Amino acid sequence: MPALLEVKNLQVRVEEREILHGLTLTVNAGEVHAIMGPNGSGKSTLSHVIAGKPGYEVTGGEILFKGEDLLEMEADERAAKGVFLAFQYPVEIPGVATMTFLRTALNAQRKARGESEFSTPDFLKKVREVAASLNIPQDMLRRGVNVGFSGGEKKRNEVLQMALFQPSLCILDEMDSGLDIDALRIASEGVNALRSSERAMVVITHYQRLLNYIVPDHVHVMSKGRVVKTGGKELALELEASGYAQYEDVAA
Amino acid sequence: MNVALAKTTTGATLDGTFAAARGRLPGTGPVVETRQRAFDQFAVTGLPTRRVEEWKYTDLRRLLGDVAPLAGAPDQAALAEARKAVAALKDGDTQKLVLVDGVFAADLSSFSAGNGVTVHALSAVLADDTSAVRADLLLSTVNDPMLALNAAFATDGVIISVADGIDCATPLQIVHVTTKPNTAAFTRSLIRIGSKAKVTLVETFVATEAAKAYQVHDTTVMWVGDDADLQHVRVMEDAHDAASIASAIVTVGARAKFNTFSLTTGGGVSRYQSFITLAGENSELSTNSVHLLRGQQHGDCTFVIDHAKPGCLSRETFRAVLDDRAHSVFQGKISVHQIAQQTDGKMMSRALLLSDDAEIDNKPELEIFADDVQCGHGATVGALDDSLLFYLRARGLPEKEAESLLIQAFVGEALESIVNDDLRDVAIGAAERWLGTRV
Amino acid sequence: MAAVQETIDQVRLIDVDQYRYGFETLIESELAPKGLSEDIVRYISAKKNEPEWMLEWRLEAYRRWLTMEEPTWARVDYPKIDFQDLHYYSAPKKKSIASLDEIDPEILKTYEKLGIPLREVAMLEGVEPQPGDVDPNRRKIAVDAVFDSVSVATTFQAELKKAGVIFMPISEAIREHPELVKQYLGTVVPTSDNFYATLNSAVFSDGSFVYIPPGVKCPMELSTYFRINERNTGQFERTLIIADKGAYVSYLEGCTAPQRDENQLHAAVVELVTLDDAEIKYSTVQNWYPGNSEGKGGIYNFVTKRGDCRGNNSKISWTQVETGSAITWKYPSCILRGDNSRGEFYSIAISNGYQQVDSGTKMIHLGNNTTSRIISKGIAAGKSQNTYRGLVTAHRKAKNARNFTACDSLLIGDQCGAHTVPYIEAKNSSALFEHEATTSKISEDVLFYCVQRGLSQEEAVGLVVNGFVKDVLQQLPMEFAVEAQKLISISLEGSVG
Repeated sequence: MPALLEVKNLQVRVEEREILHGLTLTVNAGEVHAIMGPNGSGKSTLSHVIAGKPGYEVTGGEILFKGEDLLEMEADERAAKGVFLAFQYPVEIPGVATMTFLRTALNAQRKARGESEFSTPDFLKKVREVAASLNIPQDMLRRGVNVGFSGGEKKRNEVLQMALFQPSLCILDEMDSGLDIDALRIASEGVNALRSSERAMVVITHYQRLLNYIVPDHVHVMSKGRVVKTGGKELALELEASGYAQYEDVAA
Repeated sequence: MNVALAKTTTGATLDGTFAAARGRLPGTGPVVETRQRAFDQFAVTGLPTRRVEEWKYTDLRRLLGDVAPLAGAPDQAALAEARKAVAALKDGDTQKLVLVDGVFAADLSSFSAGNGVTVHALSAVLADDTSAVRADLLLSTVNDPMLALNAAFATDGVIISVADGIDCATPLQIVHVTTKPNTAAFTRSLIRIGSKAKVTLVETFVATEAAKAYQVHDTTVMWVGDDADLQHVRVMEDAHDAASIASAIVTVGARAKFNTFSLTTGGGVSRYQSFITLAGENSELSTNSVHLLRGQQHGDCTFVIDHAKPGCLSRETFRAVLDDRAHSVFQGKISVHQIAQQTDGKMMSRALLLSDDAEIDNKPELEIFADDVQCGHGATVGALDDSLLFYLRARGLPEKEAESLLIQAFVGEALESIVNDDLRDVAIGAAERWLGTRV
Repeated sequence: MAAVQETIDQVRLIDVDQYRYGFETLIESELAPKGLSEDIVRYISAKKNEPEWMLEWRLEAYRRWLTMEEPTWARVDYPKIDFQDLHYYSAPKKKSIASLDEIDPEILKTYEKLGIPLREVAMLEGVEPQPGDVDPNRRKIAVDAVFDSVSVATTFQAELKKAGVIFMPISEAIREHPELVKQYLGTVVPTSDNFYATLNSAVFSDGSFVYIPPGVKCPMELSTYFRINERNTGQFERTLIIADKGAYVSYLEGCTAPQRDENQLHAAVVELVTLDDAEIKYSTVQNWYPGNSEGKGGIYNFVTKRGDCRGNNSKISWTQVETGSAITWKYPSCILRGDNSRGEFYSIAISNGYQQVDSGTKMIHLGNNTTSRIISKGIAAGKSQNTYRGLVTAHRKAKNARNFTACDSLLIGDQCGAHTVPYIEAKNSSALFEHEATTSKISEDVLFYCVQRGLSQEEAVGLVVNGFVKDVLQQLPMEFAVEAQKLISISLEGSVG
């Protein structure tokens, strides 16, 4: 059985500038990995490349997901395979009702996997259940996707989708940015409820704070486009105390 | 009446043709004189070129070349074909008034008289020597060469009158059917909505399979009475090699509501120009127009809103989605008279360019002579937003599906403005047909 | 409503009769005979001692002009101009001066009255360096003063020369730098461009010429003051500014004229060229005589101003404060030819009395990744008509063109008109254009709020108007911003106090 996600010696460029210089990371099902690092260390780039965002040029290395070459797939194919990126800044899509969006996306994924489409009553029931558990009011679902949502509401909407789509890999990109303590707690509880032996999570964050809520099995420190240190959850606390400065030299 | 109109550059060469046709067009005496004056007015510019400011972006001399020969009255075979085309319409429950090749076809219409609504054929009234006002039916308050040409050549149309206070539950529908290739039809309809009356009016343009490279020249004159409510829906799905030059002249009374929607997916060359005068106080106007164009289509949407009285509100929305080499034009003008204080006029034009060769030209204009007003316009032009597309694809939507969803959202606001559920579905259906045939 | 009505009445009463630059300078002038003909063109060229090629250039323009018709598309209305009833050349009689002392003292006095320092010393004495202002030279302004048809003085020539900057009357540049003039004159505004530009090409008498060599940041602001003095005279100045690779210059232009009952014609042409990485910032404060409260007299201001961002990464920025002239017909534009070039247009146009303004800009996106920004503020009062007319266009091959336009109009009173006529053309899908326009009046609530807090009605209106135009005023060099703010107050006197 291959690892869920294997990133091997990944090199990535954006407009002629190399951002990742040979990054290696292995994530097994059931694990929660935290990736920490200072701004500009390449954390978000990694998440974008795994999800298939255009504009990045992979110049070396590979990404295997359940043993398959992820880099060969379009972004929607990756989603159907079970890769989910919770965006740092979820976009607003005026004119597309959240409910319509959720159903269209879920059915597109199911269709791509050769599964039958959800019936409308089943779908509505499921959405309502999940929404209730995340404190998402019904009128939010009728509004355009993320339109006029607060920062906390946008993040909860991401967690809602995670719960609905049941992906096998969740990448949470700076989920804590722009959230107050209460909003962070609600979103984290949503995430923790999704932890399972079949699912892995990669939590990208600048601060240790989030890891009090989503406790990782492994912590990786990124600096200047590489993983420079790997450890257990205590590494996060260590970082909180000593800062990232010590790792700048390691990378250089 | 099957008169061949010679190729024209300035209208001067159309002159002889008009002289020949004049005697055979419906109407005598003052009607003939009015037609002649209208033709003379047209002849000043002929088919407008880009040098005519109002037609700057739709150079008909270049795009149209000439005016096709008059279609002439349909024969039995044509009527049979037209009947099939009308039967194929899925517009829900409407009272249909059918014009085939520019001639009113009573047999194909499904209109039941009474209940405060009367209908006459324009040709019959023009030919009625006892009518004192018949020539006035060809007059218009707007000076425009194509409106003048329409008045000169108008063969038929319907005159609808809705009495005061009538709530017309079933929508009225004017269906234009073209059956003959390489011909032009000139139609003119007049609709009077009495005070406190409530009406939904649909205009539909279709053609039989045989019709190719035809031209539709239509004018609709509407009066919306005080406290009346007119819901107007126009769907144009003419053939891609056809031309459609249509005008609306609307006068809105006091405290009235006029809500007009138009969708253009058809026509190789089309222009829908609407001149709306808010002639009574405290009325509300909403215009919503959508262009979904591809290939080499050229579509022009021109709205001139005249705030002549105080306290009126107008909202103009325009959305264009352009693929391939399509060219869309939006001209919107809000004009506020000196006495029209407390005017609230807003206009928003947005264009989505799906192809590098598509083109949009916007001219949103404000002309304001009153000081206590709130007027504004906005215009945006751009491609589909990459970050939205990626978000949708990261959630599992294939490329085309993600694009479709964003396009639907883009035009959704305009489609939602249609109050009647059936008609909204008709418009949504036409939009979906367009999306469905995107390659 | 009563309070606003009062303000409006005051505006109506006072308005343009308050023109403060309406005095006449009594000096002897040399006038060309009235009328326009090939002979007059030859006369002007001869007066300027021009080389043969320049005369030919003028004659070609003149012949072209004879075939052209006056444009009618602008929203301005005026009696037909008799182009044969004008003098096309007027010069103060004392000529060829070696120093400022030789300038007719009457002219010097004129410029002093206008507040324009022609004496370099006086200029320096007049402006105290601010604390922390490391370089007092920064505040120097070199002035080229154009009186009717000729340039009477250009200051700071020596200091500019040290930096390699050429700043001189264009009549001198034609003689002294013919290669530069030949290379650039008429390349941005061709002689056949439009009726008034063609007329200007035939009969222009003077104006400024600026050349900033590669890599030079002009050490001071350059400035030209135009003054029409003589009766029945057309002023046709021609300005040409070239910023070579990596150069920078900020250029200021001001204009006044005496108060006269007849209308006077002003048809200038300004051409700007920026090569790679160069930048020109061009600011105008235009307060030609606007005519009296009955709409009698005033300048017809038909001006063609255009900049060509010819080089990559170059930038041209137009800022204008238009308060004067009976008629303004003016569209300072940018041709964004170089990749990554940028054009800006910031405008305040105030009309009062019977003034008619039809002004705006054209942003023509030709290169890749070009950006433009248009901020226009129109204020109409009295019986005036104020129109913004603008074009933004991205050509088929212009990838990633960006434009942002905001044009706002404010109406004071119900006898005036404010109009907006934008043309927005996108010919490829990578263009991203945003355009917004609003028209409104000064909110009663805002006025009441201010008055309740102790401001007089006039102060309150002044506050609102200043807030309304702030975005544009900020774009002006400080010395000019102060002047412009005063001018706005004068133009709207009665409402601004």
